[in-house]
Amino acid sequence: MSQIEKLSLDVPSIPAATAGTVRQAPARRWYILVFLAPALLVYSALMVIPLADTLRLSLYRKVDQTSVFVGFANFGRLFGDPNWSVHFWQALVNNIYFFIFHLLLQNPIGIALAALLSLPKLRGRSFYRTAFFLPTMLSFVIVGFTWKLILSPIWGVAPTLLGFVGLKSLFHPWLGLESSALTTLALISVWQFVGIPMMLIYAAMLSIPEEVIEAAELDNVTGFAQFWKIKLPLILPTIGMCSILTFVGNFNAFDLIYTAQGALAGPNYSTDILGTFLFRTFFGNQLQLGDPNMGATIATMMFLIILIGVSIYLFGVQQRMRRYQL
Amino acid sequence: MRTMTMITAWAMAGSALVAAAAPALAADATLKIESWRNDDLQIWQEKIIPDFEKSHPGIKVTFQPTAPKEYNAALNSKLDAGTAGDIIACRPFDASLELFKKGQLTSVNDIAGMSNFSDVAKAGWSTDDGKTSFCVPVAAVLHGFIYNKDAFAKVGIKDVPKTDEEFFADLDKIKKDGTYVPLAMGTPDQWEAATMGYQNIGPNYWKGEDGRAALIAGKEKLTDEAWVAPFKELAKWGAYMGDGFKAQSYPDSQNMFTLGRAAIYPAGSWEIAQFQSQAQFPMGAFPPPVPKAGDPCYVSDHPDIAFGMNAKTKSPEAAKTFLTWVASPEFAKLYANALPGFFSLQSQPVPTDNALAKEFVGFRDSCKSTMRSTYQMLSRGTPNLENETWVESANVINGTDTPEQAAAKLQKGLDSWYKPGK
Repeated sequence: MSQIEKLSLDVPSIPAATAGTVRQAPARRWYILVFLAPALLVYSALMVIPLADTLRLSLYRKVDQTSVFVGFANFGRLFGDPNWSVHFWQALVNNIYFFIFHLLLQNPIGIALAALLSLPKLRGRSFYRTAFFLPTMLSFVIVGFTWKLILSPIWGVAPTLLGFVGLKSLFHPWLGLESSALTTLALISVWQFVGIPMMLIYAAMLSIPEEVIEAAELDNVTGFAQFWKIKLPLILPTIGMCSILTFVGNFNAFDLIYTAQGALAGPNYSTDILGTFLFRTFFGNQLQLGDPNMGATIATMMFLIILIGVSIYLFGVQQRMRRYQL
Repeated sequence: MRTMTMITAWAMAGSALVAAAAPALAADATLKIESWRNDDLQIWQEKIIPDFEKSHPGIKVTFQPTAPKEYNAALNSKLDAGTAGDIIACRPFDASLELFKKGQLTSVNDIAGMSNFSDVAKAGWSTDDGKTSFCVPVAAVLHGFIYNKDAFAKVGIKDVPKTDEEFFADLDKIKKDGTYVPLAMGTPDQWEAATMGYQNIGPNYWKGEDGRAALIAGKEKLTDEAWVAPFKELAKWGAYMGDGFKAQSYPDSQNMFTLGRAAIYPAGSWEIAQFQSQAQFPMGAFPPPVPKAGDPCYVSDHPDIAFGMNAKTKSPEAAKTFLTWVASPEFAKLYANALPGFFSLQSQPVPTDNALAKEFVGFRDSCKSTMRSTYQMLSRGTPNLENETWVESANVINGTDTPEQAAAKLQKGLDSWYKPGK
C-alpha cells in the first residue's frame, strides 16, 4: 500500500524527465522507424489487413462459386429485405439494451467498490480486490456454463438457496424466458467484468495526492461530500475510459451468449446481439450455410457502429472533460 | 581428411535412411477422419479403427471429431484453408452438396459397394438429379419415444400409447401420480423441440413422404391442417414437462430421464447407447402415436451420416480403400453393433443384438419411413426453414406463438424465397 502511495507521489517528477526531450535533434531519427516497425508490421498483419479485407468482402457476393463485385447491394439487402433487417434491428436494439445495462450498473458498482477499497481503514483489502477481480480472468465458457448450472431449474443452487429463505416462489427459469433472458445475461456479464472498472478507478483514486485530500479535510469536506466534490471529478476521465471500453466490448460481445444460449440466441431471438447474428450468418447454423459476404456486411456495420461511438466519445465527450493538474 | 570421411559417412547414412524411408512412405498412408460425433471417439478408437487397420495394413486412421454445434463452421473453414482431414463425415443434403459443388468432395459413384444402397438411402448425398453421389451413406437415425418401464408399471400403464388420445391419457396418469415428470424435454436449446417434437410426431399428420414431396412441389403449404396439427399437439406438451422446462437444456433432459425422474423421453435413436450405459431401469420404445386408431403410421427414419473424400487428400487411394470398406456389409455390421441407434442404410438388413435398438428398428416394419421435412431443398434460402422451425417449435411449446401463428410465420418465410418447381 505505502509503496503505491509513493509511486503516485512520484508523478510530478515526470515533467522533469520529459523536459530533456525539448532540445531538437537535427539528425534523421530513423531508429524511430526501426522501433516502430515490429509493432506496425504485427498490427497491420493481424488487424489492419483483415479489417480491410472484411470491408472488401462486404462489397462482393458469390454467384455460381465466383465472387462478383456488387457495390453496396449487400447493405441494401441487410436494410431493405425484411428477412435480414428485422433480425438486424432486433440485434441492434438488444445490443444497445445490453450496453446501457452495463453502463448503468457496471460503472456505479465499479466506482462503489473502488471507493470502498480505497478506504484507509479497510481490513483484508487485497483479498477483496482479488475476489472482485477474479471472475474477469475466467473464460467466457466457464462463466456461461457455471451460471447456466447455478440458474438451472433442475440442479441449480439458485432455487435451493431461494428455498432456504422461503422465497422459492420467486425463482423462474430466467435464462429461458423471453422477458428476462437478456437481462440475466447482462447481469452475468456485469458480474464477470465489474473488476475492470473497479481496478482502473481504484488506481485512479490512489493517484489522488494526499495534499488534495488533506486540504479538503482542512476545509471540512469529508465523507460523502469529499467523494462527490473531490474524488469523483478527479476520476471522471477514468470513468469515461471504462465506459468506452465497455461500449467496444459490448458491441463486440458474442461468447457469453453463444455459450449460454447457442447461435440462435433463444428464446425466440430475444438474446440475439450483433455478435451472434454475425456468427450465425458468417458460419451458418445446422442446415443454414455460412454466407461470408453477408457476414462481412454485418461485421462492417458493427465496425461502423463502434467507430461512430468511439468518435463521439473522443471528439464530443473527452475533449470537454475537465482535467485537473495534480 | 578425417572430417571428410565423417561427412561422407553422414551423407551415406542419410541417403540410406532416405532410401529406406521412401518405400515405406509410399505404402503407409495416414487418414484423418473429420466428424461431429465426438461421443463416438472411444468406439472408433477401440473397435472400428483397429478392425480396419487389421484388414488393411499400411493404412493408419485417426478419428478427429469436432463438437456437433461447431462442426459445419469448422469443417468449411478447414476445407477452405486446405487443412481438413482426408475423410469427411457428411451432413445430409445441402451442407454436403455445397461442398461437392465447390469441388471439395469428390464423386463416389465408382466406389465398389455403392450398389449396396437404395436410391432413397443415397438421396441425402446426391445431386438434385440423383445421378452423382458424393458420400457413402453410413447411418440413419429413427425417431420415437423412449419410456421408463418402471414408471409405466408404477402408474399402471399396460400398453404403450398407440393414438394421441391414449398418449395424453397416459401423460395425465403419470402427472396425477406425481412420482415422475411425464415428459423429459426442455425448450431453450430449441432444436429438440423441432427435431424430437415437430419432426418426430409430424409425419403421422402429413403422411410421411407423400406430404414431404407435396410440400417440396408446392402442392401443400405449411399452413395446411396436416402441417399445423403437429404444432397443435406440441402446444399441449408444455403442461407435461418439468418445472422450469423453459431453461432445461438438452443434457438436463437426458440426465433427468436416465436418473429415473421422468417417464417418457421424446427421442432420437442416437440416445440408445448412452441411455443404456447410464440408466438403472428397463427401457422400452414406442413410435409416435397416430391421430386415430387404425391410421397408417409413419416414422422419421432420417439419413444422418455418410463419409466422403476430401478432394485435396494426399492419399486418394487409401481414402478410396477406406470408403469401399465403409460401403461393405462387414462395416455395416460392425458399426450397427458398436453404435446401437445408428441404423445402417444398406439395403440388406443388418442384425443387431441390442434389445432397445431392435425395438426402434422394428418401427421400420410396422410404419413407413420418411425423413425430416425441412432438410431437402427447403432450407436453402433466407430465412432458413430449419432454423425457423427450431424457433417456432420452441415458441409453440412455450406458448409464445399459437400453432397457427407459427405455421403462418414459417410459410411466409418460405414463400419469400422458395419457388416450387424451379
